[in-house]
Amino acid sequence: MTVFIIRRLMQTAVVLAVMSLLVFVGVFAIGDPTAILVSPDSDQIERDRAIAALGLDKPLWEQYLYFLYGAFRGDLGKSFVFNMPALQLIMQRLPATLELAFAALVIALVAGIPLGMYAGYRPESPVSKTIMAGSILGFSLPTFWVGLMMIMVFAVQLGWLPSTGRGQVGTIFGITTSLVTLDGLAHVLLPAVNLALLKLSLVCRLARAGMRENLLMDYVKFARAKGLSARRVVLVHVFKNILIPLVTVTGLELGNLIAFSVVTETVFAWPGMGKLIIDSINNLDRPVIVAYLLVTVSMFVFINLAVDILYSILDPRVRLAEAKG
Amino acid sequence: MPDPTLRVENLVTAFHTRNGTLRAVDGVSFEVGRGKVLGLVGESGSGKSVTGFSIMGLVDPPGRIDGGRILFQGRDLVGLPEEEMRALRGSRIAMIFQDPMMTLNPVLRIDTQMIEAVKAHHPAIGDDEARSRARDALAQVGIPSPEARLKAYPHQFSGGMRQRVAIATALLNKPDLIIADEPTTALDVTIQGQILFEVQKLCRQTGTALIWITHDLSVVASLADEICVMYAGKIVEQGSVDDVLDRPTHPYTHGLLRSVPSANPRGQPLRQIPGMTPSLLSLPSGCAFRLRCERATGECVQVPEMTAPMAGRRVRCFHPLLSTVPV
Ligand SMILES: Nc1ncnc2c1ncn2[C@@H]1O[C@H](COP(=O)(O)OP(=O)(O)O)[C@@H](O)[C@H]1O
Ligand SMILES: [Mg+2]
Repeated sequence: MTVFIIRRLMQTAVVLAVMSLLVFVGVFAIGDPTAILVSPDSDQIERDRAIAALGLDKPLWEQYLYFLYGAFRGDLGKSFVFNMPALQLIMQRLPATLELAFAALVIALVAGIPLGMYAGYRPESPVSKTIMAGSILGFSLPTFWVGLMMIMVFAVQLGWLPSTGRGQVGTIFGITTSLVTLDGLAHVLLPAVNLALLKLSLVCRLARAGMRENLLMDYVKFARAKGLSARRVVLVHVFKNILIPLVTVTGLELGNLIAFSVVTETVFAWPGMGKLIIDSINNLDRPVIVAYLLVTVSMFVFINLAVDILYSILDPRVRLAEAKG
Repeated sequence: MPDPTLRVENLVTAFHTRNGTLRAVDGVSFEVGRGKVLGLVGESGSGKSVTGFSIMGLVDPPGRIDGGRILFQGRDLVGLPEEEMRALRGSRIAMIFQDPMMTLNPVLRIDTQMIEAVKAHHPAIGDDEARSRARDALAQVGIPSPEARLKAYPHQFSGGMRQRVAIATALLNKPDLIIADEPTTALDVTIQGQILFEVQKLCRQTGTALIWITHDLSVVASLADEICVMYAGKIVEQGSVDDVLDRPTHPYTHGLLRSVPSANPRGQPLRQIPGMTPSLLSLPSGCAFRLRCERATGECVQVPEMTAPMAGRRVRCFHPLLSTVPV
């Protein structure tokens, strides 16, 4: 287990180094940030001074080595635009994104698993067919369009919920989040549902497929032959087996939720990382872009690690020591 | 005379599929008494498992019992409300399946799977009492250090050990009838022998009636009191084990016996029954076996009735082998 984790962390370090190099070269190739940052009517001397101040006068490899040197000390450079540490900038925005992703994930699981399990248990019933038709809509409607429609219906026409921004925040266990205040919850509801829809459809379909597949298994028949109630067979025997693929997919999708909440954050003006990265790309604000990617990839790795560990708890046949390769 | 543990009368179980109705069990009748062992023999697809599931009330849709009676201790199980049927399953009637690799839930510990079987029928029993019953049952089927093994997961057992766990689970509530659906087919021969011996001993001791389903005649020979040979959903021959195996009267039973190695004189090639088991969707009219039968005549396009050519024997054939024919 420890060996497994150390190995994982080493792989991560390599991935992070390679990725930061690619981003460095990539942003360099796209364009010159000074063209955006320095006002067009300044003279050459001012321009040179600005370039030197940002360290952009050095050759690219030197800039990269300088970045690496800083990165080892936890310094990912200063934002060209905001003139504050890039990491700090991201960390300020991270909680908003995390809470949005978390709320979306909870909605997707809490609604998706029961709906999918029901649809798998009674595949022929009209309710199940409605659920499955709904999940196709969830897959195919574009997120931004659904987001706009939700704003139109629930915020503009009905006036039930606010349409933009993050609400009041509260503190619980030392974490500052809007999920603990009523105003905060009202603000997070629409964007979270919007972000959740696609995942909800996915979870629902997975749960349904798992249900149908498992109901045909001999262990289900044997469980019934023992005289267990249908309730126990489904909620204990089948459910535990369905959870295994669900956990895997959920883990992968949580990373996606965080990384690709960009659209929802833009539609609902949610002050998270997604909005920050879009602005930074527009400004070629390299330190922020690099820092954002490093943070996101680290999060992916961490989530995957957590999934692997959880997986080995849920499925007794999996042992992490064997999964080294 | 008291009721036998189980009496099946004219059972018909059919699958109503899009391509037509499959009568997987077609007018089957037999009975098993206390402490007796009935061998249900036939090629794969002949309807043995569906017979077992019908008794358990576990026929999967689109299958359904279309006729007949299943009298368990005098009470008809056909049409019994699900809750009453559930109360019987695993308590009075238990079933063991063919593939021990598949019958235990891979993600639940053995103790969970055994304790729940006790508690499903005795909600008042505490966890400790249920656990000690589970431990005793494991010991009974010859599993060493049962206490420790209770905490294991199914994948930590070999195939033979898993089947013992399944048998122990079936024994937990001391059922009056056990239906064993080819429980040793997936195991190797020595383990098969041990399990046969133990199950037989347990049934004799407790007076449990046993239906042993198999396609292997040699298994039945050492175990059963009576034997039913099934072909395409019908029983074609029925009688006491020794009689049927020594002097088969149905050409199909005769053919089966000739294809068993131990019944054959050394050096002689085994004789397979020609042809294949017909699909239930395209059965020949009349006797389902007639296209593979050496003795078939024009008469066999009629459905043969069950006849009793000798005492204690029933056969469904127009041309039974009545003179002593060496097997
Ligand atoms: N779920 C099912 N759906 C449709 N037909 C089935 C189903 N289960 C069994 N059958 C039919 O019943 C016949 C008998 O099956 P079975 O009792 O399993 O045979 P066996 O004697 O090998 O145990 C099969 O040939 C098949 O045509
Ligand atoms: Mg079978």
